[in-house]
Amino acid sequence: MPELTFREALRQALREEMLRDERVFLMGEDIGAYGGSYAVTRGLLEEFGEKRVKDTPIAEAAIVGLATGAAMGGLKPVAELMTINFSLLAADQIINHLAKIYYMFGGQFTAPAVIRTAAGWGQLGATHSQFLEVIYSHVPGLKVVMPSTPYDAKGLLKAAIRDPDPVLFIEHTLLYGIRGEVPDEEYLVPIGLADVKRPGRDVTIVAYARMVHVAMNAARELEAEGVDCEIVDLRTLRPLDIETVVESVKKTNHVVIVEEDWKSFGVGAEVAARIAEQAFDYLDAPVVRVGMLEVPMPYNRNLERHVVPDEADVLAAVRSVVGSRV
Amino acid sequence: MAYRVTMPQLGYDMTEGAVARWRKREGEQVQRGEVIAEIETDKATVELEAFSSGILRKIVLPEGQRVPVGTLIAVIGEPGEPIDDILKEAGIQPAVAAPTSPAAPSQAPAEEVRVRATPVARRLAEELGIDLRQVQGTGPEGRITREDVEAYAARLREQAAAPAPPRVEAPPPAAPPPGMPEAVEEPLSRMRQTIARRMTESKQQAPHFYVTVEVDMTEAMRFRAQLNAQLDEEARLSVNDLIIKAAAKALTKFPRLNSAFSGDRLRVFKAVNIAMAVATPEGLLAPVVHDAVGKSLFEIARETKELARRAREGHLRAEDQVGGTFTISNLGMFDVESFAAIINPPNAAILATGSVQRRPVVRGDQIVVADIMKATISVDHRVADGAEAAQFLGEFKRLLENPVSLLI
Repeated sequence: MPELTFREALRQALREEMLRDERVFLMGEDIGAYGGSYAVTRGLLEEFGEKRVKDTPIAEAAIVGLATGAAMGGLKPVAELMTINFSLLAADQIINHLAKIYYMFGGQFTAPAVIRTAAGWGQLGATHSQFLEVIYSHVPGLKVVMPSTPYDAKGLLKAAIRDPDPVLFIEHTLLYGIRGEVPDEEYLVPIGLADVKRPGRDVTIVAYARMVHVAMNAARELEAEGVDCEIVDLRTLRPLDIETVVESVKKTNHVVIVEEDWKSFGVGAEVAARIAEQAFDYLDAPVVRVGMLEVPMPYNRNLERHVVPDEADVLAAVRSVVGSRV
Repeated sequence: MAYRVTMPQLGYDMTEGAVARWRKREGEQVQRGEVIAEIETDKATVELEAFSSGILRKIVLPEGQRVPVGTLIAVIGEPGEPIDDILKEAGIQPAVAAPTSPAAPSQAPAEEVRVRATPVARRLAEELGIDLRQVQGTGPEGRITREDVEAYAARLREQAAAPAPPRVEAPPPAAPPPGMPEAVEEPLSRMRQTIARRMTESKQQAPHFYVTVEVDMTEAMRFRAQLNAQLDEEARLSVNDLIIKAAAKALTKFPRLNSAFSGDRLRVFKAVNIAMAVATPEGLLAPVVHDAVGKSLFEIARETKELARRAREGHLRAEDQVGGTFTISNLGMFDVESFAAIINPPNAAILATGSVQRRPVVRGDQIVVADIMKATISVDHRVADGAEAAQFLGEFKRLLENPVSLLI
């Protein structure tokens, strides 16, 4: 199977969907002539022309507003917001408009727009290093996707473009360069389905996006200690596939949830609450969360590394839940 | 309509039993088929299911007290329905007002210590009927974990397999003959006592005779390997499953071996229900594959797996243990050539099979290597004679040597 980067897999998804359906078009800042801030859309302007690959002004609210209208009008826009930090400028359009079209028009209109955006860190400073997926995952009417591998990224983006509802598609900036197997043949990854990235017996580690890789590394180390970790990659945050998590918890009785974002009111909080509701009688230890320290992201490289959760944090958390058992 | 729950008869020789544990409380809703109690018989603890839905209005029999089969042990009925007559009939003074809802909680004991245990440990303890206060916690801050409960349950099982206090009615132990070395007295468990009684009864009352045959299992082993290669692990056939099917089919031709001797008559059974001897740490159990003729080989395989598992875990249900019309005892896994078994009353016969062993045999004028299994039938001579037993074994042998016939 060919190996592609995360970035290339996304580009393939966009290209294939544009070839498949002429209603699909791209819009965003610097996506055309410049090829995209993270080079995902490179080459697409040349192939599909200006009508289908539109450079826009730096005006996030306008980008999402336009995408919403285009989607209501029957097109399939894939709008890019350079980073999720700037999505706050379009939050009104996303939360108050895009998410509510189907509901407020009583089902007469749908708005099947995809908003692609990037989240991550790497000496970008406090205002450009945020994970805001939780804000959007809170909102009924939106779907929120955050993949961890090139395979999932391609399959989920294609599924998002074909989805009848608005989808916020979040790409981790530190994953764009990772490689992974992506088959030549057509496939989709369904939205709303978690994936067991590593089966195991002793502890369930729930993670998504880059934290899946951190968890995988920790699991390899823990294996040497005789602790067999099962890693559940959520892939989609809304709708949340809690069944897969609960099934895993029933098997392992121990849970660690790893998120790169602040823990307060976060994905980990939501998953932990649902486990308490649906799998309480299967828990053999308190549910433990691993997340970013509750501070704005520092600019200093060492401080930045200190703030973001890493393998050591996951190892400590897993050891704490398996307790004296090992 | 109010329904009487009585002490069930869970085996032809059961005369009395006790409720080991009530799984429902008075005033609780029960559904037809739901387990309401665990009944302790001489051999095992068996789950008792409700035969009708309603409220468990009254528990008559406290846990641990032995009563004869047929004794009223509880009443299930509608809320408010009068049940005094039923209770009076059983000689019980009805309460002034029969409770129709859970009794008001009594004053909580002042010094109830909260046991620190994880949710899964609590659930497991409840399932296994374990008092968490007896369990030592090894988790963080002394919390009782799933492993602690499992370890405690394992210890209990070991203790259960070890000596239980002797029965009051047991005869006084005979003084050892002079000259015997010093010994440790090991009282018999209830199950050991039952096995002792029943086997003595069988050997004393049923005149046994034995016939042995050698079965060439070469084809059967090949047949099984071919099928198993295409089956999932849980569906795979054991040699035992082939033996059960072959014996059941052969019995349809020799129905007298599928009967019970009953004084001046023979009770020849219409169904062939094969009891299979299963060794457990506590002793021998014989769960039953009902209607082994009507079931396919694959259905039998699934059922024997499930029965053996339940027998080993001590979870056999009442219906798993009754109705056997013929017994098979297979010691094949222990590398024995052959053995003779004692008939399991009230059956007329029992089939004992040894291991399948690679042996030189003569075929035509050639010596070849074949998979050989010896099967010995023990028959109650009051029921049948040697010729019939030999013919039965001939048919049993023919079926196993042409294993495709087991699929038909």
